[in-house]
Amino acid sequence: MSIETAPAPPPAERRTSDVVREAFSKYGLILVLLALPLYLGVHDVAEDGSLTQLGNNLVLGLSNGAIYALIALGYTLVYGIIELINFAHGEVFMIGSFVAFGLWGTIGLGLATGVLGLIGGLFVSLVLAMIVCGVLNVMIERVAYKPLRNAPKLAPLITAIGFSFILQNVGVLWLGSSPSSVPDLIHSQSVLFDISGVEVHRGDVLAVAVTIPLVFLLTSFISRSRLGKAMRATAQDPDAARLMGINVNTTISLTFLLGGMLAGAAGLINLLYQTSVWYFQGFTAGLIAFTAAVMGGIGNLKGAVLGGLIIGCIQQLAEFRIGAEWTSAVVFAYLVLIMVFRPQGLIGEVTREAG
Amino acid sequence: MTELRTRLKGRENLLGAIVALTIAAFLPLFFDPLSNIVDNCILAAAYVVMALGLNIVVGFAGLLDLGYVAFYAFGAYTVGWFASDHFSAINGQKGIHVLAGEFADKLPGIHLNFLLVMVAALAITGLAGMLIGLPTLRLRGDYIAIVTLAFGEIVYRFAVNGDEINIANGYHLTNGRQAISPIDSIDLPGLANFDSAISLRPYYWFVLVLVALVLLVNFRLRDSRQGRAWIAIREDEVAAASMGVPLVKTKLMAYATGAAFGGLSGTFLGSYLTSVNANNFQFGFSIFILAMIILGGLGSIWGVAFGAILLSFINTYFIPDVFNSVPRKLGLDFDLTILNFGIFGFLILIVMVLRPQGLFPERRRALELTEGVGVADSTFEVNAP
Repeated sequence: MSIETAPAPPPAERRTSDVVREAFSKYGLILVLLALPLYLGVHDVAEDGSLTQLGNNLVLGLSNGAIYALIALGYTLVYGIIELINFAHGEVFMIGSFVAFGLWGTIGLGLATGVLGLIGGLFVSLVLAMIVCGVLNVMIERVAYKPLRNAPKLAPLITAIGFSFILQNVGVLWLGSSPSSVPDLIHSQSVLFDISGVEVHRGDVLAVAVTIPLVFLLTSFISRSRLGKAMRATAQDPDAARLMGINVNTTISLTFLLGGMLAGAAGLINLLYQTSVWYFQGFTAGLIAFTAAVMGGIGNLKGAVLGGLIIGCIQQLAEFRIGAEWTSAVVFAYLVLIMVFRPQGLIGEVTREAG
Repeated sequence: MTELRTRLKGRENLLGAIVALTIAAFLPLFFDPLSNIVDNCILAAAYVVMALGLNIVVGFAGLLDLGYVAFYAFGAYTVGWFASDHFSAINGQKGIHVLAGEFADKLPGIHLNFLLVMVAALAITGLAGMLIGLPTLRLRGDYIAIVTLAFGEIVYRFAVNGDEINIANGYHLTNGRQAISPIDSIDLPGLANFDSAISLRPYYWFVLVLVALVLLVNFRLRDSRQGRAWIAIREDEVAAASMGVPLVKTKLMAYATGAAFGGLSGTFLGSYLTSVNANNFQFGFSIFILAMIILGGLGSIWGVAFGAILLSFINTYFIPDVFNSVPRKLGLDFDLTILNFGIFGFLILIVMVLRPQGLFPERRRALELTEGVGVADSTFEVNAP
């Protein structure tokens, strides 16, 4: 700083404005996130005298959000470790749906299959989708990111976009360019139970029932296992990790493997839940999940899950209350607001990029 | 000696531009005035204008803009509003006409002369570029890319759903996928109206003049104080700021200039295609233009122009006409045109991995981009701060 710097303004004045600014940046995002459900809740009470409609929206939001959370975990894992937005991640999720759907056709899993066969078939397709997506994600890292690890940061982002277009076209070649409908194996829309009018469908239960154990497994893997420790160490400081005898390349590959596997699981759930599959599903879902990851604080696993659930609710509210054609605009508006005003997210730390 | 060399180098570009544009100007005389080749050349030239605009943002200033299609949309809707019968009942069905051509002069709606529309589009898109750039100022690198992408998608959503938005007296913001059509043909003072049913040549020459102007502006800007500031913040933002480069102003200028070129091209394309359809403003188009500048060489003006022409011809000629029979010959049953974005994605990928500086690199940018590439295995720990 040069000597002629203007004298600092009186401290008392400064403190007030700082407090206001701090409070705004801390709670502003929460206020913005609550605005839509609060408004709709008041609106519902005023119109029908009950919150049933909002409750129904939120149930769907949470189950959709569970799917987004799984995808968002993949973004956040990869960003945490090499500070890269894996733009092709949404497409990996899409390929997961395609693989599971392809397997159903091959092993003849359909509406006529019995309960035991159905459970076995779904388990096999879950495992296969997870393996294929995990391996695919590792392959993407090898081909598109690894050669560019020391290049300017925009280079791997650009190759990621290239890869995402390639995978989309694989989807087009596979099942054509319009959405294909999928047999509703689990009758995902049938109501399982309701809590004072708020309906919970089979699909909602499935989404949550698959997501919770996976998230639990992932977090305990990362916090307990040796490899998880290696991942955390690499995320903190790759150089020091390497000096401590950690194979950084293997650890990065492992991260991509885990992220891809979660995306594969999300692909299967989405297939059962939406009963349709489309080459473009990955693009939108990927961006929504990325929004979730940023909202929770990118690099933060709990944040990704929380962000996924919140963005799922916002997406469903936008879909049913504002209009389905505006959903992506609403979600993207939230994305811009979060990235601009609170890039560190709800519970994230200040990263080099965002700070 | 060095001075002589730099002066010669400046001449080289000027000479190259004159030769290239002169050859280009005579090109359509060898083809039928309505032939597809002239049509493809017009599109290619329009994409050159856009790619040179994006090159200012991405290539010079190093701000990865993934929502460039928004400016195409703004430019196209400017011509859609101010040179068509979109506002059909305005001024008591008589319409508003400012120096409009003899044909458009009697139609309802707003009809401005095409040159006025272009000026309006420059102002509107430049302003839009600044507004979209404003929120990204605090961010760096990949976050800018995502925020601009989000803006591009929001603009696309407004374009698609604009037929439900009433702005005033039952007029819609856009016509969505129904397209605003027809758009007035270009009416230059002293010349007859352009008519794409008779000859495409006037359109070609017109867009060639645009290319020449944009090339000139690009070269002059690159070598100006402004251009050096852009390159400085691209190479090291912190260092540039501490050397006295005003970051906010410099970045906003890059966004505004890049956006203005995109809008200019969008205005021309709207008039040339005689319709403004929301379907044209999808995310893929941003990547199409980005692929051009990556292929040609980020920051390299000639490279970008070449990349734009090459990719445009791959899109309009090689994929649908030349190589479309390849899958069938291989015994596969699909249309190659559905894979065009996969092909662009593949091109981006291999260029970025194998030759990140592009086909015709700019020397300075090439050094920056190849530094550390290909040595990832052995020196991962060396380059990190």
